[in-house]
Order: sequence, then structure tokens, then C-alpha cells
Amino acid sequence: MSLRYKTAIVGAAETSQLGVIPDMSETQLHVDAAINAMRDAGIDASQIDGISATMNPATLAHYLGIVPDWVDNTSVGGTSFLIHMRHAAAAIASGLATTVLCCMGQSGRSRVGVSAPRIGTAAGPSGPSYDVSYPGQFESIYGPLGPTTLFGMGVLRYMKETGTTIEQLASVAVAQRRWSSKVPRAMFRQLVTVEEVLASRMICYPYRLFMCCPVTDGGGAFILTSAERVDDYPTKPVYILGSGEAVETPVVSQMYDMTSSAAFKASSSKAFAEAGVTHADIDHVQIYDAFVHLPIYGLEDLGFVGRGEAGAFIEEGNTSPGGRLPLNTNGGGLSYTHTGMYGMFAMQESVRQVRGEAAHQVEGVRTSFCQGVGGMFMAAGSLIFTNEAPHG
Amino acid sequence: MTEQEYRKPIPHPSPETEFFWRKAGQHELWIQRCIDCGEPFFYPRLHCPDPGCMSDRIEWFRASGRGTLYTYMINHRPAPGFEADAPYAIAVIQLEEGPRMMGNIVGIENTPENLALDMPLKVTFTDATDDIAIPNWEPA
Repeated sequence: MSLRYKTAIVGAAETSQLGVIPDMSETQLHVDAAINAMRDAGIDASQIDGISATMNPATLAHYLGIVPDWVDNTSVGGTSFLIHMRHAAAAIASGLATTVLCCMGQSGRSRVGVSAPRIGTAAGPSGPSYDVSYPGQFESIYGPLGPTTLFGMGVLRYMKETGTTIEQLASVAVAQRRWSSKVPRAMFRQLVTVEEVLASRMICYPYRLFMCCPVTDGGGAFILTSAERVDDYPTKPVYILGSGEAVETPVVSQMYDMTSSAAFKASSSKAFAEAGVTHADIDHVQIYDAFVHLPIYGLEDLGFVGRGEAGAFIEEGNTSPGGRLPLNTNGGGLSYTHTGMYGMFAMQESVRQVRGEAAHQVEGVRTSFCQGVGGMFMAAGSLIFTNEAPHG
Repeated sequence: MTEQEYRKPIPHPSPETEFFWRKAGQHELWIQRCIDCGEPFFYPRLHCPDPGCMSDRIEWFRASGRGTLYTYMINHRPAPGFEADAPYAIAVIQLEEGPRMMGNIVGIENTPENLALDMPLKVTFTDATDDIAIPNWEPA
């Protein structure tokens, strides 16, 4: 079964506030985004019959006073929300649900209503010392401290094999500030230079501060329904044209190839095949960027450029405003916001661009490719969105 | 090492890994290979990781202890127990036998200048408790 043109997003919204939200729990962030998305779609909660979230969907269902008969709680890191969207599209296409609320909220910075330890700090009392997992036995003993010390583990290898320079890696952060400079809700809006990126504080060589995302609070939600019902809603429909998902390994040092993501390749090729479009048909791209190497791996693994070409491609301005492949136009996780699980925000920007409502809008966007990553190349989700109505 | 307390995380062996840690405690690096398809692998498992094989005929063998520096990061914000080492490299070592494993680099200051990718390394063991020793790597 193909999901091409079976469903459309008819409601989309983020939390009312974004960045630092010390007065909202994670549940409340979900609800705030969900209600904003329902209002955007002109519906109320009684019309929702499916919920997806990485938190317990029952908590949200009961908060909203509904008894949905379809749920998805897939939790494979920050790309989970792209995968939820794909699963929801399949559920709607097969008649298991009619109107699904895909939502997300995370108090990544303020840690309100969160029991798990913050990424990058020491684990709690049941943490690594009793952890018999692979990372617990064979990695935590060597002193990593969250994704900052692990996600970029393949980068020096990638640089050696491809000739990519540290300046090219820094240029990812530079390009994305050019976008976020005109995005009022972005966490960081000041333009930066390669020299400034490379002069920022060393965090974990080769990564300096500006090559890493911030940690923020926020959330987002979508209302997804059948493409046949789009006329019932006031919003400009955004159709799902193609979708993909894949998982590789929870352990970055055991990737099949540390200089390329097998999950990115599997997920994105599935989305392209389902959509029946080529790279030349894509007007806008979002690639989940917790760190600067992600857009580089992404552009190559998705096939937008050849092996080893992404660094120069970004450095030369091709992904910057005015370039031929606008990428991470909200500023990305590096500049817009990154609550810990950024995939929802990558999708929100794809949808805004396709609707023509983005803060830093690209002229004439018809299609957007959104690529998510979960864990540290553990999982991938891909979605291709379009505003063009199905023909015939 | 002198008789100072080991403050870094200590691995807790599971049934699949108990043999690895027992041998590491004796300062020997042992990994596994599949008897049916011959492929060596790490981390310890009860089945061959080749999806077309899946054999449970697995044997342990002593690795040469030689490898090369595949990739690394140098952490400037130390994890608990690593304060005295910072900045320190978290490295991935390509074993001569094929598999990769993580390790720290000892016996050399952990600077980008000192740590060239593909430099030869040899295993060395750091005693953590009476029974547990941690495999680490030093320039060969």
C-alpha cells in the first residue's frame, strides 16, 4: 500500500511559547501544542480519534476528555514524531482512524515534570553503575557524557575519508544563522562567521559550542486526516507524498559505517520511491541537526549530493538564503530550538514553508523533504510534503 | 597505577559478557567469532550477528591486542570520575581482527596533535577492582 496522497495535515502548531518555559510541565506542553493545532484546524477534541506521542497517550487522552481508538507510542528518539506521522497516515489510509492528533512536548531545559536525568548530566541512582546494556558495559566506562560526547564520534573519520574541513563543518552553523536571523521565535538570531564558530568554547573536540544545539523547552502538534476531507478545514492542506522509517543501532561506535547513516539511506529512499519524485523535485529540505555533521551526513545519505561533497556544498552557500537548496530554514536545531527531541520542529518548519507561512519564507515552495534522526543515528524517519493537490 | 581508589564507572557483566570481563580481569582481550561463517565480532553475543547466518556456534578467542585509532572525540567536560583526566579522548579502536570497540588512550597526552587517525595502538589494562580491569589503549 502506498501512502502517496492518502492523507493531509490540516492543523499545525507549536507551543505558544518556545525556548525557556519554566511554568509548564511536559504534559502541559503537549496539551498547549495540541489545542493550538486543533484551533488551527478549526476542530475540537471530540473530533480526534487517534493520538500519537512519545509520552503515554492515555494521559493526553484523559486530559482532553476523549477515548481515542488508535494510538502510537513509538519511542526511538527525536525522529519518533516523523514515524508517528507515517504510522498515522497508514492508519487513516486503512480506515483504522479518521483524524489523528500527532503531538509532542518536552521540558528539555527547565525539566518540569520530567523524571529522567537531563541529557549530558550524570545518571540517577539506577544509572550506569547497574547498567548491563552494551553502552553501560562498554562505553560509559570510558567517560562519555551524553550526545555531545558521542554523536560526533564518526566526524574525524568522516573528515579524513572525505577531505571535509573543520571550516566546512562550521559553515553549517553559519548558514543556519542566516536563516534564523529573520525568525523571531528562534533561540539564536545573530549572524556568525566561521571564525566565530571556531573561536567558541571547546566542548568536545572537534566540536565547539556553536557546533552544538542548545537545550530548550517547547512542543508541537499536527492534525492529520484523509486527503478526501481537506475541504472541511480552513487551512491550506499539506499532503503527505512519501514516507519512510528505519532503525540501525543504539550504539554509535557500532554503526555499520560511522561516516554514513544506514537508517538515513533506507528511510529516505523509501520516501522518494513512495512519492515518485526525484531530488530535483524537492524545493526545501529540513534535516534534523543536533550537531553540525547531521546536515552533512543527511545531504549525502539522502542523495542530494555525492559522497564527501556536502561540506563544500554548504560552505559555498547552496543551502543558505538565495541558494538552490534551502535547508533548515527555521535555523534548525542549532539556532531555532532543540528540546532534546527536535523532529517535531523540523516537520513544523516543512509544513510552514509548504503552506507559505514561514517566518523566513522561501519563494515558491511546493515540496519539502523532512529528515529526522533518533538517538545517535539509531533511527530515521522521512516525510515528503507537498501543497499541490492530487491530479484527477 | 598506585593504590588509589578507582572512581570511574565499573562495568557490571551480564551472562553474555561474563567471559569477556573475566579475561579482561586477567589482562587478556578476548572476543568472539562464529564457527560456521568465521567472522569475528564484538560486542559479546550468543549468536552470529550476520543476518544470513544467525548461528549459535560461537567461540571465544584471544585477540592480538593490536589495533589502530579509528576515530575519537576529546571531552572537555569530564564525566564523574574523569575530572583528573580532562580533557581526555574517547576513542574508537579498530581491532586488527576487524571489529571496533571504544576505549581511552593512555600513556600519551590526549591532544589532536598526538592522536593521528590510524596510528597503531596496543591494548593495556587498568585495574578497577580486584576482579575487574578496563581495556585501554596505548601507542604501539
